[in-house]
Parts: sequence; C-alpha cells; structure tokens
Amino acid sequence: MRLRHLAVMVLALALVAAACGDGDTTTTTAGGSEDPLGVVEVQPGEAIQIRAHQAISGPAESLGIDQVRGVELAIADFGDIHGFPVDMGVAEDDLCSAEGGQAGAQAIVAQGNVVAVIGTTCSGAQRAAMPVYSAAGMVLFSGSNTAPDLTSDLQGTAGESFQPGYYRTAHNDLFQGAAVAKFVFDELGLTRAAAVHDGDPYTQGLANAFRSAFETLGGEVPVFTATSGTAGADQTALLTEIAGADVEVVFFPIFPGTGGPEIIQQKDGIAGLEDVVWFGADGLFVGDYISIPETEGMYFSGPDLDFGGNVSATGKNYAEMRAAYEAANGVVPPAPFHAHTYDATVLVLTAIREVGVVGDDGVLRIGRQALRDYLETVADFDGLIGKITCDEFGDCGSQRVQIAYHTDSSVTDISLTPVSASYTRADLIGIITGG
Amino acid sequence: MDEGETGDGSDNRMVTGVRAQRRALRADPATVAVDVFVFAMKVFLAFFALWAVVGTIVLQVQGEGLGADSWRDVVVGGLATGSIYGLIALGYSMVYGILGFINFAHGEVFMTGAFSGYLMAGALFASGMWEANFPLAFVIVLIGAALTSMIVAITIEKVAYRRLRGAPRLIPLITSIGVSFFLQYAVLGLFGGNIKSYPQLPVGLRERVNVLGFQVEGSKLVVIFVAAVSVVALWWFVSKSKSGRAIRAVAEDREIAGLMGIDVNRTIVKTFAVGGAMAGVAGIMWALLFRNIFFHTGFLPGIKAFTAAVLGGIGNLPGAMLGGLTLGMFEAAGPTMMASLRWAIPTWVAHTIGAAALAGAVRGFLRFRQGHVRDTGSAVGWMLVGSLFALLAFTQLPGFQVVIPGTSQLKDMIAFLVLIGVLMARPAGLLGERLALEERG
Repeated sequence: MRLRHLAVMVLALALVAAACGDGDTTTTTAGGSEDPLGVVEVQPGEAIQIRAHQAISGPAESLGIDQVRGVELAIADFGDIHGFPVDMGVAEDDLCSAEGGQAGAQAIVAQGNVVAVIGTTCSGAQRAAMPVYSAAGMVLFSGSNTAPDLTSDLQGTAGESFQPGYYRTAHNDLFQGAAVAKFVFDELGLTRAAAVHDGDPYTQGLANAFRSAFETLGGEVPVFTATSGTAGADQTALLTEIAGADVEVVFFPIFPGTGGPEIIQQKDGIAGLEDVVWFGADGLFVGDYISIPETEGMYFSGPDLDFGGNVSATGKNYAEMRAAYEAANGVVPPAPFHAHTYDATVLVLTAIREVGVVGDDGVLRIGRQALRDYLETVADFDGLIGKITCDEFGDCGSQRVQIAYHTDSSVTDISLTPVSASYTRADLIGIITGG
Repeated sequence: MDEGETGDGSDNRMVTGVRAQRRALRADPATVAVDVFVFAMKVFLAFFALWAVVGTIVLQVQGEGLGADSWRDVVVGGLATGSIYGLIALGYSMVYGILGFINFAHGEVFMTGAFSGYLMAGALFASGMWEANFPLAFVIVLIGAALTSMIVAITIEKVAYRRLRGAPRLIPLITSIGVSFFLQYAVLGLFGGNIKSYPQLPVGLRERVNVLGFQVEGSKLVVIFVAAVSVVALWWFVSKSKSGRAIRAVAEDREIAGLMGIDVNRTIVKTFAVGGAMAGVAGIMWALLFRNIFFHTGFLPGIKAFTAAVLGGIGNLPGAMLGGLTLGMFEAAGPTMMASLRWAIPTWVAHTIGAAALAGAVRGFLRFRQGHVRDTGSAVGWMLVGSLFALLAFTQLPGFQVVIPGTSQLKDMIAFLVLIGVLMARPAGLLGERLALEERG
C-alpha cells in the first residue's frame, strides 16, 4: 500500500517537473539572444505559419469573410520572407461570439508553430481569445475590433480587456462614438437620442461611447437599452419603448443577425417614430443590410473609406488592391474592413521579416517577444489606411471616421454610398478627453 | 399505519386519526415553509402586477405615459403576435389531446412552413407576380406553406412517433426534441445559416388603413383576419365534420373509438395534418409581420406557443387560442407596464396597503390561535407576510419607485412571469385542462 502511495507521489512529482521543464524551453535563443516568450523555428523548406481567426459564419460573416480575403491578398502581395513562403492554413471561425473566440484560439495555439494571428472580427470573440493567445506569447492583430476596452481609454489607462500582444488597425470606438455624437448634434441639430446595443461588447462599447460623447456635447440620451439580439424577432416592445421617450434619433450599432433588419422593418408599425432619424454603425454597414429597402434614409458611421493616394508598404494603393480583390473573389467587398486587415497583415509580415533571423543551419528563428517589441514601436508605417503608428496599448488605427448617408438600396457597394462628413483624430479627441 | 385508516375504531377515533394524519402532513416545518414561500410569491406577484396596472393608469392620466396612438399599436401588435402563437398552440394542444404528449418538434413544423413560403415568395417575386397580383400570390404561398407543414407533420408522426404509441410518454417527448433538432439542422444544411428575407410587401399592406376610426397597419390586419378565419375553419372541422368527430372520439378513448369502427391511425394522422396546416399558416403570418426567417426561427415562437397552450389549458382548443392572445397582449403591453413601476407610491396608498397587510397579519394570527392545523401554512403565511408587508408599507413604500431601464429587454421574461402567475392561481390554465385518457384513468 505504501509502495503504491510512493509510486503515485513519484509520478506526480515527475509530471510537475515535466510541466516546469516545458516552461523553461520557451526561453530560447533567437539570433543569439534570449527571447522570454520563446522562439518559433521554421525549418528550411517549410512555410512561416500565420492564421486568420475571423467570423466565417454567424451574425457578422460578411465582415469576417471580407477580412479573410484581405489577409490572402496581403500574403500574396508581400511575397516570401527571407526565402520562406507564408502559409495562412485554414481560417478559424470566431462565430462573432466568446465561444468561437476561445475555441478558435485554442485550436490555433495547439498547432505550436503559428507566429501570429490576424483577427478577430468581433470584439466579443477577442475578449475570450486574447487571454489564450497572450499566454502563448502570440500576437493577435485585428482589422475590425473596435471596442474601447480592448486597448485603452486614450488617456493613458489600459482598458479592462487589454492583454499584451494585441494590436489593431481598426479605429477605437471612442472615436466612432464621438463622430456620431458630433454629427448628430452639430450637423443634424438633434438633441434627444436613443442608443440601442445587443449585449455584444462591440455594440455595447460603441453605444456607451456615443452616449458619453453626446452628453458631453449637451445632448440627452433618455433611452439606453438592448435588443433581444436574435434574427427574425419581434422588436415592437423595443420600438414602443423608444416611441414613448420622444427621441429624435436612434443610434443602433448592432449586427444584421441581431435585430438590425427587424428594427428598421418594424418601425413603421409604431406610432411616434415617423420623424425619427435612424443611425447604424460599421457592423450594419454591409451590402446585405443596405440592400433592404427600408434602410434608405439611414445614416451609417464607420471607418473612412476614402484612402486617397495612400500606398501600402507592398507598393499597392487601394484601387489596385481592390481590383485584385474583385478579380480574385468575383464580388465587390461587402464590408469596410478588408483594407485595415490588409494593413494589419502587411505589418505583421514586416515585423516577422525584421526580427526573423536565418541561422547558419538555414533555420529561420522568430522571437515572440521581439515581434511584440517591434510592433509596439511602429511609427509612420505606410498603410492603405494612411500612416500607421501604434501606441503602447496596441491602437494602431488612423482613427478617421466617416458618416455615410444611404439613399438607394439598389446600390449595395458600400464604397459608393455618399459621405456626409468625415472626421479625423484631431476633430474628435477633444470630445473624448473632455478637453 | 395510522389507526384511522384501519377502520376498526369508533367514528371519533377515526376523525382524530385523520386529523393526526393531516397534522403530520401539513404541520411539519418544511411543508409550512413551502406554503409560506408560495403564499409570499403570490402576494409579491400580485402586488407588483397591481402596482404596474395602477401606475400605468395614473401615469397615463398625468400625460407621462404612451400616447393613444402608441397604445393602439401595442394592442394591435399584441393581437397579431398573439394570433400567431395561438395558431401554433392549436397544434400542440391537438396532439396533446389525442396522444397525451408534447410534440416539441411543432415549432420546427412552423419554421418549415415559413421556409417553404420564403422559397415560393422568392419565385413569385422573381416572376413579377408578387407585385402584379399580390392577393393571388399570397394565397398560393399560404396554401403551399400549409401543405408543406402538413406533410412534414404527417411524416414526423409516421416515422418518429407511430412506433412509440404504447411507450411511456417520456419516450416520444425525447424523440420530439430529437426531431426538432433534426429539422433545424436539415434546414441549415439545405438552405444555409444566414437570414432569409421575404420580398417587401406591397404598399397597401405597409400603410395604415382605417378600421372603425383606428389607423391599423395593413399587414397586422391581414394576420388577425387570416388567424380568425383559420380558427373558425378549425372549429367547424373539429365540431361538425365526420373527421372532427372521429378526432374527438379518439381523444376521448382511443380503444373504444377503435372498437366503434374508427380508424385510429388515420385519425391521428389527420390530427397531425390539421395541426401542421395551422402551423404552416402561422409561418406565413410570421413572415408578414417580421419578414426575416432562419433555421432557428421556430424555436422561441414554438416555446411561446407551448406556453400559450399551457396558459389556456393544454388539450383545450379555445384555450390555446385564448392563451396565445393573452401571451401576445402581455408581451406587447408588459414592458410598458413594467416601466410604470416608476410611479412613486403616494404615502396614503402605502399606508392603506400597510393597514390591509396588518389586518391580514392579525387574521392569520387569529386563525393560527384557533388551531386549525390544516390551515397552519396559510395562517403562518398571512402572519409573516402580512407583518413584513405592513412594516415595509409604513417605512419604505411611501414615495418608493422602481426605475427599470430598458424594460423592452424583459419582454420574454414578462411573458413567462405571466405564465407562472396564472399557473399559480389556476394550475389547469385559463380554461382548464382537457385531460387525456391516461390521466383520467
């Protein structure tokens, strides 16, 4: 009996020792220097592994599929790194949910040799995925996560969900919320608003950012509420609540799969909403949604899609990238973030090229901490969205936001929707900081 | 064994025995605690329901509530949604009445109707008929959806339930949940997971029409009208036709009906067919109101329709329709009424409540002193809850208000709270349960 106990103890100690041993091996050398997060070794003849972790199904699939295409184009345009091809393998689905974020992250981390991940599509998925990626020493770079708490409050305080190793080229929604508030208050001259989210961190964060900015400007938000968040649902209770509050504008930054179509289609059945202005955000600003006839007359906030003459580090401008996108996929981009994701991918590949070292044995070694260190100091990097500079919390976006006015549901190419206003970081930062 | 049950003592001893038994049953602390808890829940629900109703009326009078136009839309919307719940609930109730189990796949029968309607509406829209001759296109879609749902319901009965006829009721119940998932994922596999949108309705249905001075949306009017016609047709079928009489006979007693020459299998198939057709009609009504469907569309309306069937009294056809309408109305008006809890309770009202609660507590105490052990639970309930309410009413309630932001989010919760409240007061539902044979036996 005692012998058996002894054997179990020895086995347990051996397991603990093995676990500690594993931890030790992550601190290996890259180009002769130690990397505390470990080194990815790519053998000659093998490919550098990066992955896309995007919403391929679910309420935000238009956004996610659009970005997977952005990653593919960036990899093709960037070419080999130190003679090693780049492989994006099979994209993982973030389902635009916490479950999809966590499951996808675990699947990618389990592959061991993945250097960086381009994703996620949704902020809600990022919250569950990032702890997994961060603990594995990996980099997650998103082109469309916009929830403020993933990075910082722009005043030096890290957001609740900030984790080292996370970066984004998408704007921080504090800017988008402020842009909507400024447009509604200054340009439309409206002072009473309802804000509706669907419980998802992106939509809740943006609705909050709007409320805060709108109240800073002097407006009132008597209704701040959530939809039931399912497709095909009865939204009349929500619309009745809004009608009862006598508001002039409704900002509902939700998704097509969480009530966006139903709200706009059912509004005519409720008295008191005849003169209300309806305002969506980038989650709704997709081809499928604006093809619904009732969306005519709506405003949409989102990233500024006027990329002018910006030229990416790959040497391509947006028009060339877009032509390649349409040629490769046979469709116009259905959503606004493919350029941001293209830039995120190019930035990650550039970082790999800069920190990767090919040894005498022909093996490419990429230090994980070195990769993060490089990304944190990126400044004035050439992107399609403009010059990219990252702050210490991973905000690398150009922070330019536009307001589009949708008038024709037969035009589903979002880049052709007339733009009513566009705002830069300088226009909005005062509203956010209260300065 | 208690001596009262042996029957060999005098009458007096027997009565004492029965009392002793009751004392044992009713006066043990656990039972009393449960009685008190249930009593407190009833008082709690009744108090908030009353507060919401009075608050709504007072705020309305003060001009702080919804406008008259909004109330009209709430009522019409509630009736329209409730009619759909009622139509689906009829299928739940009919199957329960005849087979004594809940067919949980019925929500998916409704969904397949809505899906087939979507495919037909898309084709008719592409051909131009949807806009050129909407009434005919609508009738085609309606009949097509009813037929599809009918075929799906009959197939389910033949493939999944028929072999389980003699099995304990839990078995077909589990099977029906399996069938429900099968249908959902079959539709997902066949048509994909994205949302399908019905073509836009013609202008006439999107605009409001004048009904007895009320401006009502055309589509909602059609929903209520079609539901009413369907229910009348069903009532005629069940009460007047030969098949309907057979259905009632089989529901009454399957064996005897069989002995009387009724083909039981055929009758059961007819029941599923009629329930399925109603669900198919409901699917199109759903599309008229909400336009968008996907493979999960049947789930929540299915659960709510089941709730409606229970609310009205399961197995009871008028009850199913009444339950649906009740649920629809509470769902529509509930959030607004819950928001009326912001009406601050005036001091005199609070003190009146306090006085009534105190009187209740005293009454409870007197009943407890009289020693009717049978009433111990309720007497203690009156005492405790009455005292607590009196204390709260005098100290906390004056000026008290509950401000709930975003009550529209609580729509579904309110609907199910109504169910709990009604079943606490009337466990057999509003119109009473129509019991199946096994339960009567």
